[in-house]
Amino acid sequence: MMGYTRRLTLIAALLGIVAVPASAEEAYDPWPGLVQDIFSNRPMNDGGNVIGIEMPYRAEDAAIVPVTLRSKLSPGDARRIRSITLVIDRNPAPMAAKFELGPDANVTEISTRVRVNNYTDVHAVAELSDGRLYVSKTYVKASGGCSAPAAKNAEEAQNRLGKMRYRQFAREEAPASRVREAQIMIGHPNNSGLQMDQVTQLYIPAFFINQLKLTQDDSPVLSMEGGISISEDPNLRFTYVSNGAKRFRAEAKDTDGHVFRNEWDVEKPGT
Amino acid sequence: MAVIDTGGSLRGGEALLAAVRARTSKPIRYVINTHGHPDHVFGNGAFVAEGTSFVGHSKLPQALATRGPYYLDNFRRIMGSDLIDPVKIVPPTLLVTDTLTLDLGSRRLALRAWSPGHSDSDLTVFDETTKTLFAGDLVFLRHVPVMDGSIRGWLGTLKELESIPAQRVVPGHGPVSEWPGALANERRYLMALLADVRASNKKGEPIRTVADKAAASERPHWELFDDYNARNATAAFSEIEWE
Repeated sequence: MMGYTRRLTLIAALLGIVAVPASAEEAYDPWPGLVQDIFSNRPMNDGGNVIGIEMPYRAEDAAIVPVTLRSKLSPGDARRIRSITLVIDRNPAPMAAKFELGPDANVTEISTRVRVNNYTDVHAVAELSDGRLYVSKTYVKASGGCSAPAAKNAEEAQNRLGKMRYRQFAREEAPASRVREAQIMIGHPNNSGLQMDQVTQLYIPAFFINQLKLTQDDSPVLSMEGGISISEDPNLRFTYVSNGAKRFRAEAKDTDGHVFRNEWDVEKPGT
Repeated sequence: MAVIDTGGSLRGGEALLAAVRARTSKPIRYVINTHGHPDHVFGNGAFVAEGTSFVGHSKLPQALATRGPYYLDNFRRIMGSDLIDPVKIVPPTLLVTDTLTLDLGSRRLALRAWSPGHSDSDLTVFDETTKTLFAGDLVFLRHVPVMDGSIRGWLGTLKELESIPAQRVVPGHGPVSEWPGALANERRYLMALLADVRASNKKGEPIRTVADKAAASERPHWELFDDYNARNATAAFSEIEWE
């Protein structure tokens, strides 16, 4: 336990995060420090009309907690969302992901899955084309019982390394609509690097997808800068507007320097 | 003597040790953990002694290393520091990759390590003398099954498990029951869950919606259904998506 705490502190120090002993945990609000570290203390505006964040009130499975980010800008709004940063305040690595939204893709909804280690606020910070930051938040209770933010089947996760799947979903809009709902899955253990191997007494190195770029032909749809709070087998479901491109492409990179690429024919969804 | 699982706190382990000592003064040679969940291993510290070996699945040390610190934090929150601060994670040193027989003199215990099912470190103990199977959390009765490994793996394990020539089972949760009839409800639950998450995935429904409805038909049959079913559905869905 001491080793674990020390390791957390070390990682927190590397990430510029103030570690706090468990006893003081509940009283301490990490958010102001995170605004400083992640957003250089830029002013935060109320995101109530800009960005919505939805999570279950309780993290049922600590390793797989669904989160949905939704644009609340009206279609007539001249501003657009450039990026959304997802922050899980009390996780060992609070910055879960930063999503960059393609300028022409009109992404309005992004769902993914994260690990939740604690009772925590979760913030979504949208940067708009006006250069300002808008924040919304929700609160998640950690799971109870024997759920843990760790792999359930580590071997299988390793076997899936680099496999990718793309899927499109039927939408309610008229068939002629160019709005698409799609999902990309990447097989990857997304190890946190926070655990010691009991046998070797060495820390298992962090090993995770840190970059994902999605494009239609070569036009950016969505990209993600990810961290260890993203669940094993990173999974993104999102909406975008087709530009008529025939190919949907994905490129992912992980912390070991692997590059995984794939592309799909958007006329044959589900392949 | 062999002790199988030690409870969810050091105090629980000490109470178990006292109960053992009320019956016999024979040395405890083995402490066997059926998997790595805190309600089964947090009492291990009470049994640490010269001549006592801790036995578990070959994946158990890794599971405890990965999850142990989180479990301690989580259980401290739920059960309080008084109960959890004294808990030490004691990993097994005698590891089982496939099968292992422990000879206690008057009886032989056949241990078997399973591939991921309830968890990734499931181990069963079959007492050949009394035909009693200690199934750990591969078998739940009354308490809704909790899936923290692989739903397909678990259903596969049940097929093999039921061929063990036991007369009765000591499940991880629930009363001692007749074997293999004790498996019926659990199998029905897991199959319903699997069918429902498969159907949801096929329809393209998002993961957050399955938590509310998968295996809903099973609600009347189980205790603690609302505490664990949504979690099982979430985990099962994320597994099934890769089929």
